[in-house]
Amino acid sequence: MNIAVELSAVRPEAAPRAGEAGPASKRVVVGYGFWIFLLSDIVMFAALFAAYAVLVRSTAGGPGGAQLFSQTSVAIETVCLLASSYTCGVMSLAVNSRRRAGFYVAAVLTFVLGAAFLALEIREFADMIARGATPQSSAFLSAFFTLVGCHGLHVTVGLVWLLVMMAQVAVQQFRPSVLRRLFCFSLFWHALDIIWVALFTVVYLMGVRP
Amino acid sequence: MSETQHDAALHEAPVLAQEGPSSWLVYTTGLVLAVILTATSFWAANTSLLWGPGIPLGLGVLAIAQMGVHLVFFLHITSGPNNSNNALALAFGVLVVFLVVAGSLWIMADLNHSMMPAAGPMNMPMHH
Repeated sequence: MNIAVELSAVRPEAAPRAGEAGPASKRVVVGYGFWIFLLSDIVMFAALFAAYAVLVRSTAGGPGGAQLFSQTSVAIETVCLLASSYTCGVMSLAVNSRRRAGFYVAAVLTFVLGAAFLALEIREFADMIARGATPQSSAFLSAFFTLVGCHGLHVTVGLVWLLVMMAQVAVQQFRPSVLRRLFCFSLFWHALDIIWVALFTVVYLMGVRP
Repeated sequence: MSETQHDAALHEAPVLAQEGPSSWLVYTTGLVLAVILTATSFWAANTSLLWGPGIPLGLGVLAIAQMGVHLVFFLHITSGPNNSNNALALAFGVLVVFLVVAGSLWIMADLNHSMMPAAGPMNMPMHH
């Protein structure tokens, strides 16, 4: 009795907490589900990282990381991906306030920076393969190309997704379903940047040390 | 109507939280912190001023700090009451990642170690 009175007195001021406000909105559920997917993706990357760490010394007499990696190129790639993560954040702010021009500018910047990252990575791979460091030449290189290539593949998927989202905003405006997809895209893009942080630290910075 | 209710529930959704200069400031703060941490990582990997054997550990600490910065400032995973499901899922994910990486390294190092003394074809130290 007392409790009921207290609750009804408190209810107007207090923000509804989980469980009190009824079922969560579709947006929150979608965000949570996509977050679970991202975490499972990160677990998959953890397996690739573990494989890389186990095999990093198995170069089969071939070149190791210190001979193959160029830190300048990795630094530029890192700057590109970090800047694209920031413009992706700016993009979600523009989406949030329904500014279409702002959305397009930020989306194009995100796309260009992501594509620059990908182009640098492909050039790096082509360079290594031209020097004979192919994925099949040692366990270390197999693990390296699997790990870094898998991240690059994710970035490629993200770029295609971003193009699709730009087309959807052009055709369908900011409908709720489009907003949810944009929200998932920004989560995906930020998560890729988190994986890249682990990647450049473990592969490129620790790898070049003797 | 139901969409305005969804908008009211936005406060618990990461990334598209609030509008205005404050959320712009959040992203910019995150960017500045991430740039500082990245620059420190690259500097530490190349400098000769620091004690060499400690550098990998330092790089690991910097990377984990930067992942934390990304989670808080870009993905907006916080310990707030509306975010507890996301934070709990993240905690479980971190546990699995830790088990996979540390477990693999431990098992494979142990396996390598116990194969060392034996002579014969099994002694190949994983040259593929």
